[in-house]
Amino acid sequence: MSEDKAVTTPAKSGGATLTRDTAPGEVLLKVTGLQKHFPIRKGLLQRQVGAVHAVDGIDFEVRSGETLGVVGESGCGKSTMGRLITRLLEPTAGKVEFEGQDITHLGVGGMRPLRRDVQMIFQDPYSSLNPRHTIGTIVGAPFRLQDVTPAGGIKKEVQRLLGVVGLNPEHYNRYPHEFSGGQRQRIGIARALALNPKLVVADEPVSALDVSIQAQVVNLLDDLQQELGLTYVIIAHDLSVVRHVSDRIAVMYLGKIVELADRDQLYKSPMHPYTKALLSAVPIPDPRRKEAKSERILLKGDVPSPIAPPSGCRFHTRCWKATQICTTAEPPLVELRPGQQVACHHPENFEDQQPQDTVLLTVAKEAAELVADEVLAESAQTSAALAAEVRTDEDAAGSGTGEAAEPAAAADDATGPAGSTESAGSTGPAEEPDEPAKGDAKGDDK
Amino acid sequence: MTELSKTGAAVGEPTGTSPAPTSFLEVRDLRVHFPTDDGLVKSVDGLSFQLEKGQTLGIVGESGSGKSVTSLGIMGLHTAGQYGKRKARISGEIWLDGTELLTADPDHVRKLRGRNMAMIFQDPLSALHPYYTIGQQIVEAYRVHHDVDKKTARRRAVEMLDRVGIPQPDKRVDSYPHEFSGGMRQRAMIAMSLVNNPELLIADEPTTALDVTVQAQILDLIRDLQKEFGSAVVIITHDLGVVAELADNILVMYGGRCIERGPAEKVFYEPRHPYTWGLLGSMPRLDREQQDRLIPVKGSPPSLINVPSGCAFHPRCPYADLPKDNATRTVRPELELTEAGSRHWAACHLTTEQRERIWTEEIAPKL
Amino acid sequence: MLAYLIRRLFAAVVMLVVIVMVVFGIFFLVPKWAGVDIATSFVGKQADPAAVEAVRQKLGLAEPIYVQVWEFFKGIFVGRTYAGGGDVTQCAAPCFGYSFRSEQAIWPVLTDRFPVTLSLALGAAVLWLLFGVAAGVLSALKRGTLWDRGAMLVALAGVSLPIYFTGLLSLAVFSYGLGWLDAEYVPFSDGIGTWFGGMILPWVTLAFLYAAMYARITRATMMEILGEDYIRTARAKGLREGVVIRKHAMRSTMTPLLTMLGMDLGALIGGAILTETTFSLPGLGQAVLNAIKNQDLPIILGVTLITSVAVLIANLVVDVLYAVIDPRVRLT
Repeated sequence: MSEDKAVTTPAKSGGATLTRDTAPGEVLLKVTGLQKHFPIRKGLLQRQVGAVHAVDGIDFEVRSGETLGVVGESGCGKSTMGRLITRLLEPTAGKVEFEGQDITHLGVGGMRPLRRDVQMIFQDPYSSLNPRHTIGTIVGAPFRLQDVTPAGGIKKEVQRLLGVVGLNPEHYNRYPHEFSGGQRQRIGIARALALNPKLVVADEPVSALDVSIQAQVVNLLDDLQQELGLTYVIIAHDLSVVRHVSDRIAVMYLGKIVELADRDQLYKSPMHPYTKALLSAVPIPDPRRKEAKSERILLKGDVPSPIAPPSGCRFHTRCWKATQICTTAEPPLVELRPGQQVACHHPENFEDQQPQDTVLLTVAKEAAELVADEVLAESAQTSAALAAEVRTDEDAAGSGTGEAAEPAAAADDATGPAGSTESAGSTGPAEEPDEPAKGDAKGDDK
Repeated sequence: MTELSKTGAAVGEPTGTSPAPTSFLEVRDLRVHFPTDDGLVKSVDGLSFQLEKGQTLGIVGESGSGKSVTSLGIMGLHTAGQYGKRKARISGEIWLDGTELLTADPDHVRKLRGRNMAMIFQDPLSALHPYYTIGQQIVEAYRVHHDVDKKTARRRAVEMLDRVGIPQPDKRVDSYPHEFSGGMRQRAMIAMSLVNNPELLIADEPTTALDVTVQAQILDLIRDLQKEFGSAVVIITHDLGVVAELADNILVMYGGRCIERGPAEKVFYEPRHPYTWGLLGSMPRLDREQQDRLIPVKGSPPSLINVPSGCAFHPRCPYADLPKDNATRTVRPELELTEAGSRHWAACHLTTEQRERIWTEEIAPKL
Repeated sequence: MLAYLIRRLFAAVVMLVVIVMVVFGIFFLVPKWAGVDIATSFVGKQADPAAVEAVRQKLGLAEPIYVQVWEFFKGIFVGRTYAGGGDVTQCAAPCFGYSFRSEQAIWPVLTDRFPVTLSLALGAAVLWLLFGVAAGVLSALKRGTLWDRGAMLVALAGVSLPIYFTGLLSLAVFSYGLGWLDAEYVPFSDGIGTWFGGMILPWVTLAFLYAAMYARITRATMMEILGEDYIRTARAKGLREGVVIRKHAMRSTMTPLLTMLGMDLGALIGGAILTETTFSLPGLGQAVLNAIKNQDLPIILGVTLITSVAVLIANLVVDVLYAVIDPRVRLT
């Protein structure tokens, strides 16, 4: 019944037709400085003693027709983010704009018209469907709530939707418990599609499903996007699934976006050390690589508490490249390469942003113990190569502007910035993987 | 289900039916059935395999394939929590180091549990008692099998916590499970299972509830510990990536039976069952170029009350019509060697040649 | 832990003051709104106006309500003086006022009757915990067997049969019929044996109802706990089944029972009206029943206060025990 068949183009439902005023590629959703803090209250008077910084200042855009994947580990704030942009939660600060309209603080009534355009698919297909309602009622509910009568009536439209998601339209009168997990997720999708939304936010849409069923649902989401021109924000912890479905991917860590990049760039040359660690941690279904585990970056310890996130860069407590500046200055999310934004002082696969700061923190040295030498050397090499590339570019463009990008060669001689010389001198050789020139030397040693 | 009786013996199994197993762990024709109001749930229905010390067997399958029940059956925990009349029925043979567990004295099996065979569970938060400290729980596990005083046992607990990488073990030993993070809990759980140096360790989805970076830590830990203790490990998971990381041999379960098993390399590179192909095709892979589309298995996993006749996979199999005489729907296929002399078995009505051709020509290129 | 206790105690005291004010409001203001004059009802319906006025003066009923509340509190802690119409009555420290009917001080009435109710409630609690929990655990372990069905049938009967039925039945059989036991309250100080003998029937009757409820809850909780993952872990360690049940399952089963016990004990200490009436035990319940019939507001006020204090203390004890059993609720 739930065969993986191609979706037939659904007829536009009469009543639910909405004007598509955002052309593909244009910004559909824009988020700036978005924050959500959940207060922690204690004591008799319920004083606020702190807050969970679930989402702590993130900026991104979703363009019409694309799929933005959001990955991160539990507690990184990705689900909260999903609920903020669908306005199931109200942000503490920041701004959410949908099609240019500020929806940050719209009330229930104000959001009502937008509920047609923005829909959500939830993780758990078991608890997100009311067990007492037939699937006809469930899928048809959006029409009743929005007071929309599709051409041909609700029942006909619901049956069409069931067909679109690969369910038997004759099962209109069945109850959720009569369906398997994968089929329930299809019901959830049908409900989300009922009003022809522009943006669908899916929070872990396949993680509760079996592997073989996951693929069915992933393909279905894919087909629906092509057929209906949907825009997705897909939140998931599974990096393989996210890569498969996304055009661009945001990596979150402790309430922040640490990297936001086009899919292929992110997976081929991740710049944030956390992204790199995350990617390397995914078990590869290939027994021949069992012995070649050296590229894996094991992170030290656990994610710190979002109640008191670390100062500066939030990843500095676990990063093997962290230096002094990482503890004090929060790196901004900047576009280092076209289509790749990173918030890091010492990115991978790119020239160092803070080359004068070379003294590794003690924690970073401990963390580096867990990282294979090959990885460190390789990372240093790529950084050096890129730095050299940038330098030549800048030389060609005219000298004088290359001050900041000069460090690699400059670090060793006295002409470099004073701080850099000192630190390089005091820490001894071959300890700084993020210091390109020395990293090179280390690579040769091994 | 009439053909079941005929196939009761593990036809074609390497060790036959001789009662003197040479393997460290040998399971023969294991069946675990649960009577329910809706009918008999045949969670495991004729499963056989062997495992040597120092080796890791990965059991792969979807929910309801019987993989967890298999592990509970080996541990003798399948009836746990079942009181009253409707007890689970178990049959077959489970040989652990020369002892047959199903016919052995239950109290003897209890003594083996925790000492000779131990288990790690999926969700360490619910698997640890919320009211006792980590230390109390490990001490208890140690003292069941060792006649030592609490102090000695506590030292042992601290030592184990240290071994599994818990910082400040002498302090953390007095923490409660809820004061640990998910990864730390699973480490504590592993410390608890290994406290008696078990020869057999069964890990049931040990990393499913964990984040990917923590998963990497735990898999690393399990691998190291196995090297150190030389125990036999059964790892049960739905994640082919996890199996590929750890397992020497892989057993794929479907509908309560084994449909393919063999060395990990064989199962990944020359799979000989359409369901295994389906699993491989369903999975987006980070180590390959971006696939255009995943190749899912159609339909849903079977109900264990009404397992489809013949080959349980036939309603979902794209090649179900190839074998003649409608065999897929009427005859249950037995495990057969894919190649004489290999240790690679598959249960499929397609001929070896057909499967080889389909795999190399149709499936492999698309993965 | 200590800070937690102090905070809880403080909260309990605040709670008590609020309860007193509400009770005061209900018992002194509501009659006023309803057009019933307390002074008149104190004296009697055909009293002459002068006597009524004297009572009104004496009880301070003419004062504004906040003065009355203040006087009431003062009475409890330092005693108060009723002066009016030249007639001065000293009421010593725990002064809860005077009964409208008997003109007796309330406090001695409460202290006389409190031990009766306390021995009834505590004794019954011991019984119902012993038998209710044991029956529940056994039922859970022998689910679906004849024992389980039998025990649950008895429990169903226990829950549904009213106390005056089971009480009268037991009186008829054991007291009047067989003559084995007498249901009569004899103070503890007059001999443990007689006290005990007199309480057996009320205890059993009251405990039967509660044991039935506790058995059902215990069975359900136990069955749920036995399905928990950590029970499976305990078995996987190789523990004996008895240890698994006693050490692992029982401790978890205790927590919901404890919560119930706190509420039930608290409420019973305020008076087990039906049991006391059935067995003619001179407890708080009986007193309050008579007070309601006679519109004897000061007694109702006193018993309500005692009940509130009992419930609050019981809950405090439960909270502490809860924290001892479940480390997750150990708050600072």
